[in-house]
Amino acid sequence: MPAEHDIAECRRLFALLSEYLDAELPQQTCEQIAAHLADCPPCAAFLESLRKTVELCRRFRFEEMPAPLGEQVRRELRARYEKALLARRAAADCVPGPNS
Amino acid sequence: MVSTAGDSQQQEIELARQLLAGRPGAFERFVEAFRTKVFQYSLLVCGHHEDAEEVAQDTLFKVFEKLDQLREPERIRPWIYKIAHNTCLMKRRRSVFAPVEELSLDEFMPRSGQEAGAIRREIADWSALPEEQALRAELQRVVREAIAGLPEIHKTVLLLRDVEGLSTAETAEVLDASEEAVKTRLHRARLAVRQKLDWYLRSAPKIRNAELS
Repeated sequence: MPAEHDIAECRRLFALLSEYLDAELPQQTCEQIAAHLADCPPCAAFLESLRKTVELCRRFRFEEMPAPLGEQVRRELRARYEKALLARRAAADCVPGPNS
Repeated sequence: MVSTAGDSQQQEIELARQLLAGRPGAFERFVEAFRTKVFQYSLLVCGHHEDAEEVAQDTLFKVFEKLDQLREPERIRPWIYKIAHNTCLMKRRRSVFAPVEELSLDEFMPRSGQEAGAIRREIADWSALPEEQALRAELQRVVREAIAGLPEIHKTVLLLRDVEGLSTAETAEVLDASEEAVKTRLHRARLAVRQKLDWYLRSAPKIRNAELS
């Protein structure tokens, strides 16, 4: 790390770290960040902790489950579904074929 | 082996395809899968168990009512989450006139100092947290509390992008926001969760070591 470390650069790149992890930045910006990280262990350590945070969020699984669905509600949902299917099929039948 | 967001996404798209084709059993599997997902999303957004149950049920009614609008099964996830999110907003108990809380970037930048010519930053030792580590109960609780404690506009983005695996464009569509806003909010949400985990790792090393052993 250079003796005169550019903290302002750390701050500027700090705002871009999620986009860097998500590969949503232009290649030139990615290269600038990679170069800074290679020279700045604190920023590299911070990025690693952010990467692990994202990984933990992606692996997060809810424990809470909804109560079982009541029979009456299930019947009403099914009735709406069947009505929607009929409407879709009717709409599909109305589409003119290539020879019509 | 942990199933990835990509696996789950493909399964849901296939389920939507079968539902639209009227395949036997598709209705039951679709209702169970998406009612659970919408319930879990709503629980963290609304904060009330009863509201989340109602949002999940109301969302399914709207889904089947509007099923003719779903032209491409590939779009099932943003389509359903948009319905669920809007249902959630109508259900939430907070006033729509309440101020929107935004996190600022500055509060998450760790304090820095110079020590023997090198930059030192106050962060925990994250190297003890192996990547392949399945979430144990305590760590899972910390992540859940950190997400639940986020301001709403940050929480919804993090849930959709990182927990549910929607793309930036899909998340922007669900939330009626620009992609730039989604990226900004997501970064701040992640930083806030990271900060909570950092505090946890620093303040409870004994618990952490016990969990990881």
